[in-house]
Amino acid sequence: MILELLQLAWIFFKIGLFTFGGGYAMIPLMESELVSRGLIDINMLYDFIGIAESTPGPIAINMATFIGNEAMIEYGFLARIFGSIVMTTAVALPSFIIILLIATLGSKFLESKFVQEAFKGLKPTVIGLILSVSFGLIVRLVLPMISFENLLFDFSVFQFQNLIIFMILVLLTVFYKKLSPITLILVGAILGMIVYSVWS
Amino acid sequence: MKKPHHLFELFWVFFKIGAVTFGGGLAMMPIMRKEVVETKGWVDDDDILKILVISESTPGVFAVNAATFIGYKIQGFWGSLVATLGVIIPSLITISIISFFIMQFKSLTLVQYAFYGIQTAVALLIFKAALKLSKKIHFDAFAWILLTASILFATFTNISVLWLLLVGAILGIIYGMIEQIKGAKS
Repeated sequence: MILELLQLAWIFFKIGLFTFGGGYAMIPLMESELVSRGLIDINMLYDFIGIAESTPGPIAINMATFIGNEAMIEYGFLARIFGSIVMTTAVALPSFIIILLIATLGSKFLESKFVQEAFKGLKPTVIGLILSVSFGLIVRLVLPMISFENLLFDFSVFQFQNLIIFMILVLLTVFYKKLSPITLILVGAILGMIVYSVWS
Repeated sequence: MKKPHHLFELFWVFFKIGAVTFGGGLAMMPIMRKEVVETKGWVDDDDILKILVISESTPGVFAVNAATFIGYKIQGFWGSLVATLGVIIPSLITISIISFFIMQFKSLTLVQYAFYGIQTAVALLIFKAALKLSKKIHFDAFAWILLTASILFATFTNISVLWLLLVGAILGIIYGMIEQIKGAKS
């Protein structure tokens, strides 16, 4: 149990260390580090993200708390709380250390050419990763049998309900640009209930 | 600039910030500014601006970055620790409570339906986040190539995202060197 926890904590430490540009940048990292290693089911990951988005608090912290709790599910109440605390600490620690260093030593090294240039390469890469994740997620929702990684193009299952929901949501965001994430998630939830009740 | 009477006061202010901000990250900045600059007068707008700039070029969870930096400005190391704990603990409590009940909820058919819709909304939100981020960078040929390569590798291979990020950073540095050599020659 301790080993499992440490392994997971190390992953969250890396996620905290490599997250740029806000909570969304950590989603590709989570998918690659947690889902591909079989530590969490992909559906559960995105359910969690939906909840993390619609509850107060930083998304990264919410996700760490969730997954820490979930990972310790077999070991009882206290272990689950402990798991949450460990994961949350792990994801917050890189930020805490780096900012503390900057606050005490000054931000000189941030202005160094080296860091600036590394960021010039990192930013487009992160945007590409986030785009890929959103694209992969919508394809998985509509055509769940397709697997790009394995070059498997199986169109036999078509979840048209999700496509209907998606198109309504896209239209909504086009007309109401100021729609907050929570509103969008709430509307999505209601549409899910309606559309799947009609065609289940 | 004023100081809090007690570390607990500092904790409480950041606890409130963590408890009321939805969406995290930049969404909490206006609320944080109002509390620590306007209401309490612990730091000034210059510090708020500084942490925004620093967060742009450091990795990490934005809320934690901001809490650590502002906490340190107010009360040194203990200030940064207390502020960070303050901003984290509301999430820890709320999400722990939800985690214990989520499974019972998810066995309900209607809730399962709702989650299909929620996942669809999440896909759209992630896409919007990518668009928003892309407005912040200048797209030259180098950026376009990296963006395309990153999409292709992330979609069609199982290579860990960490490696892709590392390669992106290294290519950025190499590109910078080439530009410098070119600049020196001309």
